[in-house]
Amino acid sequence: MLKLPHHVYSAVRSHGEQTYPHECCGVLLGRFEDDGSKTATRAEPCGNTRDDSPHNRYHIDPRELVRIQREGRGRGEEIVGFYHSHPDHPAQWSSTDLAEAHWIGCSYVITSVEKGKAAVTNSFELTGTDEGDKKFADERLKVA
Amino acid sequence: MPQIQIPSPLRQYTQKQASVSVPAKTVGDALASLVVQHPDLKRHLYTDDGKLRAFVNVYVNDEDMRYLEKEATALNDGDTISIVPSIAGGC
Repeated sequence: MLKLPHHVYSAVRSHGEQTYPHECCGVLLGRFEDDGSKTATRAEPCGNTRDDSPHNRYHIDPRELVRIQREGRGRGEEIVGFYHSHPDHPAQWSSTDLAEAHWIGCSYVITSVEKGKAAVTNSFELTGTDEGDKKFADERLKVA
Repeated sequence: MPQIQIPSPLRQYTQKQASVSVPAKTVGDALASLVVQHPDLKRHLYTDDGKLRAFVNVYVNDEDMRYLEKEATALNDGDTISIVPSIAGGC
């Protein structure tokens, strides 16, 4: 389960509307709970470096990730997941999303943005033990 | 001693340590020392033929080692190496 405060949930969805018809992307910071769930207390919006195909691809500059990871740790926060949008496309992971996902145990949140308005937001946890058996599992999203 | 920052998914292989100190003069030495200290990390960072996996980014402070001198990049005490798997995808 991924727990998101309202302000984080709203920020993730708003970002998808702001960048429409392009994909948005960002990092979720928070903590891994002892019960196996995750709590994201902050959303860090990132730029999408995929200038060649921003309507259906995203990529976060690793330099941004390094900075976000460092600043988060300074506040006692860990990277617990990532988010991106699917403009005029369902909020389901794609084969590209799975192939490019490498943070096992983290959440991948996807928001469908239909004609500029955020529609459905789903979360998927990347499970498995390595690149050979990784897969996305539906993850309950709790907004509180 | 340089420190290597471990991303959250790989921490299960470092006894939950978020950073690991390594006695190393170069990035290559640092990564080699890391996988000696924590052998279970190796298959997550390297391919079977010993190459760093393409999606594994290695930064020295705020610079990508690929734009420095790669594994030969010299390290100083106090340098921070970040291992950052890439984030990408799309519909």
